Amino acid sequence: MHTPTLSKIFYVTLKDLKTYYLKPPLISWGIIMPLALVFAFYLKNPQGIREIVPGLIGMVLLFGATSMEGVVITFEKRVGTLERLFLAPIGKASLLLGKMLSGVIFGFLMGLLFFIVSVFFFHLSPHKIFMSLVLMLLSAASFAALGMFVANSVKEVFEAMTMFNFFRFPMIFVCGVFIPLESMPGFLKYLAWLLPLTYSVDGLRNTLFDHSSGFPLGLDLIMLVLFTSLFFVLSLFIQRRRLRRE
Amino acid sequence: MSKINKLAVQTAGLAKSYNGFWALKGIDFSVQKGEIFGFLGPNGAGKTTTLRIITGLSRSNRGDVFIFGHNIQKDEIWVKQHIGAVPEVSNLYPELSSLNNLIFIAQLYGIAKKSRRERAEDLLREFGLYDKRNVLFSQLSKGMKRSLTIAASLVHKPEIVFLDEPTIGLDVASSRHLRALIQQLHRSGVTIFLTTHNIGEAEALCQRVAILVKGEIISMDTVEALKRMTPAPQRLIFTVDGIKQGLKQQLSRMERVKSLELTNSSIEVQCDDVDLVLEAVLKILRKEKVRIRAINTASASLEDTFVHLTGLDLELMKIDKELKP
Repeated sequence: MHTPTLSKIFYVTLKDLKTYYLKPPLISWGIIMPLALVFAFYLKNPQGIREIVPGLIGMVLLFGATSMEGVVITFEKRVGTLERLFLAPIGKASLLLGKMLSGVIFGFLMGLLFFIVSVFFFHLSPHKIFMSLVLMLLSAASFAALGMFVANSVKEVFEAMTMFNFFRFPMIFVCGVFIPLESMPGFLKYLAWLLPLTYSVDGLRNTLFDHSSGFPLGLDLIMLVLFTSLFFVLSLFIQRRRLRRE
Repeated sequence: MSKINKLAVQTAGLAKSYNGFWALKGIDFSVQKGEIFGFLGPNGAGKTTTLRIITGLSRSNRGDVFIFGHNIQKDEIWVKQHIGAVPEVSNLYPELSSLNNLIFIAQLYGIAKKSRRERAEDLLREFGLYDKRNVLFSQLSKGMKRSLTIAASLVHKPEIVFLDEPTIGLDVASSRHLRALIQQLHRSGVTIFLTTHNIGEAEALCQRVAILVKGEIISMDTVEALKRMTPAPQRLIFTVDGIKQGLKQQLSRMERVKSLELTNSSIEVQCDDVDLVLEAVLKILRKEKVRIRAINTASASLEDTFVHLTGLDLELMKIDKELKP
């Protein structure tokens, strides 16, 4: 990928961040939501807050990276500005990457805020902090790619939101956010293996606690890269199929 | 290939199907560099489908499109870098100002950072929108939105611009302003390809026109040549001082007259031989001592040709007879 393409990807991302993401209501929501979650769980069980932090970070990453991604792409499809982008001399893969990166950055920043708030409950070495950040970045990427895949599959914003709820809420209960994976019945455990949030939460348990309920950290990282690639390729496939059909 | 390179656009057997319905049935046409070429046809004829394929927004099922000799499917990025496109819907970013919309487009086309703002401001001045440079796109009038969308298609100085129904939904003043802009653009050397269902617009702007109906090009030529294809009767219009009783009966007895209309101050005769009928009418008017103020003739319009070729009822915009080859 040569420099002009990289700069075009950067401008697509920057425009989306400025136009849609970095707005006062979204920023304040991004700050208040993590704080409220930590506070609520701390009040309920001050001793148990540490156990639930990886799941909460994973959840914040999931909601942060998917919500706006779905809204932005479906909104742009509706008003025709996505078509305007497709008229520009930029490849479809590069264009989708640019759209995805804005979701990654926003989701990561939201997760980072939560991480900064909750890091005081842990004694983390610089290496652990670095690995946590890498894992959060990959988690945000896989969730943004999921958001983009959903947004590309539907026509309207409300359809995207319905689809997100269909994915997100079951994931919260299945992927070890509140209930550890080892306590799950067999079939739900197998279902959890198919969902990216599982590897996000498990990976954060690995980096924050030095142990997890399931997989080694390396596998968590690989699975998140694979999910990102899968959803990205599916989104690209949908766009190319639409080109042939429309 | 050398012949193709002299052409701005060339299509070969372009066909597009939607779930078994063929919106385009294998069309062939070419656009010369520097001309204004029009695609004229009713709604649903396949104009926008053609434009979407040419600009890379859609793929054909069969056939090829060459832009300056480059196949859109094989050299998509090169083609997009050299064309400008204005879709039927003005689709810039509603939440960005006029200036920022143009600057963002300049970024997408890889225009150097130091030139972006200057180019954007130049275009805003050219299109009479400089005063609105900080106004959000969503807050502009419909005509201004259309002008800005055309300006956006010119940011990277394309060699050809595709305009899909450029004046649709605009008031008379905005339409005239846009047509003047299109002509100005053409004078600056840009090839223009426009689609329209507005016959007057095609006649006023285009050098050559292709008439597209039901996914097929039924005729393609210069506007003048298309008009000559119409065996429509010519019209003689006499402006006179008062019509005397019994004049209509005398005039209606003339040979070669297709129809006759009289008002208090005019006589309009449709005929298929102007010379003969003119002489006959003058003879009758002199005999009746009717004072003639002016005599005008009117030949077939592009609208007559369109109706003749398509059998299209312009009022109802539907095809009511078999297409002529």
